[in-house]
Amino acid sequence: MLQEPLNTAQMKQILEAALLTAGQPLSLDELLRPFDGRMERATLRMLLDELKTDWQQRSMELVQVASGWRFQARPDFSPYLSRINPERQQRYSRAAMETLAIIAYRQPVTRGDIEEIRGVAVNPNIMRQLMERNWIDVVGQRDVPGRPSLYATTKTFLDDLNLRSLSELPAMENFSQQDILFEPPSAE
Amino acid sequence: MQTQLAIDVRIYGEQLDSIPQDLYIPPDALEVYLEAFEGPLDLLLYLIRKHNLDILDIPMAELTRQYMDYVEKMRSSKLELAADYLLMSAMLIEIKSRMLLPKPADIEQEEDPRAELVRRLMEYEAIKLAGQRLDEMPQVGQEIAVAHAYFEQIAVAGPPSISFEDLMTAWQSVLQRASHFQHHRVGRAELSVREHMSLVLRRLQRDGMVEFMALFDVVNDGLPKLVVYFLAILELAREGLVKITQQASFSPIYLQAQER
Repeated sequence: MLQEPLNTAQMKQILEAALLTAGQPLSLDELLRPFDGRMERATLRMLLDELKTDWQQRSMELVQVASGWRFQARPDFSPYLSRINPERQQRYSRAAMETLAIIAYRQPVTRGDIEEIRGVAVNPNIMRQLMERNWIDVVGQRDVPGRPSLYATTKTFLDDLNLRSLSELPAMENFSQQDILFEPPSAE
Repeated sequence: MQTQLAIDVRIYGEQLDSIPQDLYIPPDALEVYLEAFEGPLDLLLYLIRKHNLDILDIPMAELTRQYMDYVEKMRSSKLELAADYLLMSAMLIEIKSRMLLPKPADIEQEEDPRAELVRRLMEYEAIKLAGQRLDEMPQVGQEIAVAHAYFEQIAVAGPPSISFEDLMTAWQSVLQRASHFQHHRVGRAELSVREHMSLVLRRLQRDGMVEFMALFDVVNDGLPKLVVYFLAILELAREGLVKITQQASFSPIYLQAQER
């Protein structure tokens, strides 16, 4: 048992142990808990930055994602690690990824919106798949007849794609409406 | 080969000289493609990109014909055809016919009949690319391995949420107060812990939350009885029948029946 008050090195070790055993991102609030209200948020941020630097030459890196901070293996190791369990979960179908993209970039959207953009009926299995993965959820109902559910992406989605916020999603190659110019038929 | 040519050709561009009017689609290729299309918009985009058509100035007759060819072949190859494809056929024909109609001179700046289709095609293409981009991103469980070192969470001890010392101190003060009311007693009292457990429980049932001190009748009960009461409380706590709580150190200790 460490003797309180703790010195900086000890505080960093506690954070390190907490993050390494968590298995999921820990928020700043969660990371403050071990210190029982005796640590300022600014101190915590500083310690996390130091910890990040300390681990720079190691196999794991400390990263910040939407839900908080987590340790993860450096990308260089991913091809090697993937050989341990060759049968990993399958990637989603193209239809699923397009549905996910619509929800991610156009949220909140209804099934109707998704059908309008993709031009085909929404496969309920895809929605279920994405809900079970906890990548999307229902955030409300649109105030139109039938009150259709509005879907949005979750923090888990951002976490799993290594993102802090939606603004970090790859920019969409979007032709804005202004780019679509039509020559109006000349009246003369 | 026609396929090679198709890449270079710009239908509305310059190199039109040696291009066959009818772009040949190998019939066997169809079965392969059918599964790959994610709907009529996807098929249209494929046709437009494959034949290098200008998406902002779609030759409707050409596109409609090619689209209908595909749809017709889908039908003949006994594949269940989604209604969406047929709906799109109708839409293409409608646009085509609207473009053939002479425009009344008094209607200025009438919207191009293709505008809505083009908007949808572009929106869909953007989403399609975004979906591919998302799919290429590293994901937790695939390329990203999150640290998860083993740590056995030690189960938090049962109902009493106070320390043993606190309970001892409280007990000491009960004893101290009892000593002021010591009587000399003769005789033997058979005191059952379990009986007192029931007494305490009944009291808690009646009064809800009871302060630790209030459970002891130091004036009337002799020391043995007080001891038995205390043992009964400890036993109740051990069996998880009562909850013992204290807000802060040295503040009153409260007992209440554990809710089942």
